[in-house]
Amino acid sequence: MDWGSILDNTLRGLIGEQFIFFGLAAIGLNLHFGYTGLLNFGQAVFMAAGAYGLAMMVATWDLSFWVGVVVGVVVFPVILALILGAPTLRLRADYLAIVTIAAAEIFRLIMRSPSLDQWTGSSDGLTAFANRFYEFSPFDPGQRYFFDLFIGNQMWVVLVGWVVLAVGVFICWLLVRSPWGRVVKAVREDEDAARSLGKNAYSYKMQALIFGGMFGAAGGMLRAIGTQSAQPDNFVTEITFFVWVALILGGAGTVLGPVLGAAILYAVLNFTDVLLRQAVRADYIPNSIMSGVQVGQVRFMMIGLALILLAAFRPQGILGSKEEMALDDR
Amino acid sequence: MTDESDTPAAAADRRADPDELADAVIRVPGVDPERARAALADVPREPGAPKPDPILVADGVVRRFGGLTAVDVGHVEIQRGVITALIGPNGAGKTTFFNLLTNFDHADQGTRSFDGRPIDNVPAHKIANHGMVRTFQLTKALSKMKVIDNMKLGATNQRGEMFWRSLLPFSWRNQELEIEARAEALLERFNMIHMRDQFAGTLSGGQRKLLEMARALMVEPQMVMLDEPMAGVNPALTQSLLQHVIGLRDQGMTVLFVEHDMDMVQEISDWVIVMAEGSIIAEGPPQSIGQNQAVVDAYLGGSHGAPLDLDREL
Repeated sequence: MDWGSILDNTLRGLIGEQFIFFGLAAIGLNLHFGYTGLLNFGQAVFMAAGAYGLAMMVATWDLSFWVGVVVGVVVFPVILALILGAPTLRLRADYLAIVTIAAAEIFRLIMRSPSLDQWTGSSDGLTAFANRFYEFSPFDPGQRYFFDLFIGNQMWVVLVGWVVLAVGVFICWLLVRSPWGRVVKAVREDEDAARSLGKNAYSYKMQALIFGGMFGAAGGMLRAIGTQSAQPDNFVTEITFFVWVALILGGAGTVLGPVLGAAILYAVLNFTDVLLRQAVRADYIPNSIMSGVQVGQVRFMMIGLALILLAAFRPQGILGSKEEMALDDR
Repeated sequence: MTDESDTPAAAADRRADPDELADAVIRVPGVDPERARAALADVPREPGAPKPDPILVADGVVRRFGGLTAVDVGHVEIQRGVITALIGPNGAGKTTFFNLLTNFDHADQGTRSFDGRPIDNVPAHKIANHGMVRTFQLTKALSKMKVIDNMKLGATNQRGEMFWRSLLPFSWRNQELEIEARAEALLERFNMIHMRDQFAGTLSGGQRKLLEMARALMVEPQMVMLDEPMAGVNPALTQSLLQHVIGLRDQGMTVLFVEHDMDMVQEISDWVIVMAEGSIIAEGPPQSIGQNQAVVDAYLGGSHGAPLDLDREL
C-alpha cells in the first residue's frame, strides 16, 4: 500500500480543483435551496452555461477572454434563469424542479447536436480557449507546488479558484445577514406571509435564482478553464446531484456548509478510490469481490450509504442546526 | 452592531420609552376613534349601508369556483377607525371575501377601493404599502426565523432589501437599528420581549397569533385585517388578544376581523357584517344582530322551530 499516494489524493480532493468547482456550484445551490427554498434540480445547466459562455465566445467567435468571462458568468446565467424562472416561480416549488432538470438535459443535448458542430463542437466540445488565463500564471508549468500536490498550471487554477471561492463565501455571508437575506428566508418559510407584509416574493425568488445560477456558472467556467475543454458530457444530470450531495452533507442554509460539504465529498471520493484500487492490486480484496475497474462504482455506493446514514442520524448536515431542523413548518 | 454608527435619530429612537415608541408605531394620525364610533349610530341597519367615513369600499364583488358562486357581495363599506366583525356560518365565504379584499385572490367581477384609491389591479404584495395588512386563518409565523426577525421583516421600504444595497451593510445599518427599536417596542407592548431570540416555531399557537399581529403592525398600516384571530387560542390569551385589538382601535386603526365566536364579536366589535352563502345578509351594531331574523335563519337553518319531520329528514 502506498500511503503517500493515498494521502496526496485525499488532500487534492479536500482542497483541489474538484472541490472548488463543486464548492462554487454548491454555494449557488445553497442560495437557491438553503435560503430561498427553490428546488433547482438543474444546477448542471448553469455550470454548463458558464463553461460554454466562455468557450464559445473565445473558441467559436474569437472574442477576448474577458468577454467570454462576462458572458459566461453574467449574461448566460441571467438569460437562463429568466427563461427557467419566469413561467415557474409563480407556481409551486416542484414546477421549478421539473423544469430545471429537463432544461439541463435539453441544453446538454443541444450542445451535443452534430448540426451545431461548427459552433459548439458537438460531442467533442470546444478546447484551448483559456490560453489567455494561463498567460497570467506566475507558476512554472514544469514545477510542482504546494507540497508537490499541483503542477504549475493546476496551481494557478486552484489559487484563482480559492480566491473566487473566498469572495463567494463572503458575498453569501453578507447577503444572508442582510434584510435581503431575511426576505428570502421568509419566502422560503411562507410566501404568502412575505407577500402580506409587502414583499414581492416572485421578484426575490428570481433574484435568488439568477444569483445562485451565477455561482454555478462560475464553478462550471473554472472547471472548463482547468481542463481547457467544454464538453457536453461534463454536465450530465449526475453533476447536479453531486452538488446536492455536497450541499446536504455540509448543511443547507449555512454559509460554510456547501464549501465544507464539497471538500469532504471529494476527499472521501478520492480517498476511497485510491485505497480500494491499491487494495485490489495488492490482493487484499480478492477479484471475486471486486475488480479494479469496479472501484469507480463501488465508491459511489459508499457515498450513497454515507448519505443514508447522514439522513438517518444527522439530517441537518454537518454544520446545520438540529433545533432549527426540528421546527415544524406550520 | 456598534453604537458609533448610530445616527442621532436612531439613537434617540432607541433611548425613547418603548411604550411611547409602540404608541407611535400603532397610532394612525387624523383619526378620532370615538367620533368614528359615534357616527355609526346614524347608519341604517341594512346590508350595504353607506358609512359616513368609509376606508374600504367593495362594490359588486363576485368570485366563482367553477359553477359555485363563493362570493357575491353587492356593496359594502367599512367605517374608518372602528372594529368591524365579519361573521357567518361555515362556508359563508368570509375568508374568500377576505382574500378578495386583499388581492390574494382575484375577483371575477367588481371593484374595490381603499382610502379612496382603487386597488383592483394592485398586486397582493403592494397592498401593504397602501396601508392595509392582513393576517391568516392558519397562522403564518415563519418558524425557522427568530421572533425578532419575524418582526423586522414587517417593516416596509427597507433599503437593505434591495439586492445590491444588501451587500453594503453601512448603507442600511442605521435604518436597521430604527426598525429593531420599533420591533422591540412592539414586542414589549405584546409582552413577548422575552421571546425575542427564540425561533418562532417554538411558540405556542396563541403566541404565534400574537406574533403575527405584532408583525403586521410593523407595516404601520391604517387598517389591519385579522382572519380568525382567536381560533385555537386558549381563553386566557384570548382576553389579552381582545384587549390588544381594542387598543389598536383606540389608536385610530381600523380593524376588520373574521370570527365564528358570537361572544367575542359581541364583546369587542363596533359594527357587525353577517355573510351567508356568499352574500351579506345583515349589518348593524352587535346588539342588533342577535335579533335579526335573517341571521338567526342563516345560523340555525330556516326551518328551525318547525316540528321535525323524521320521514323527510331521512
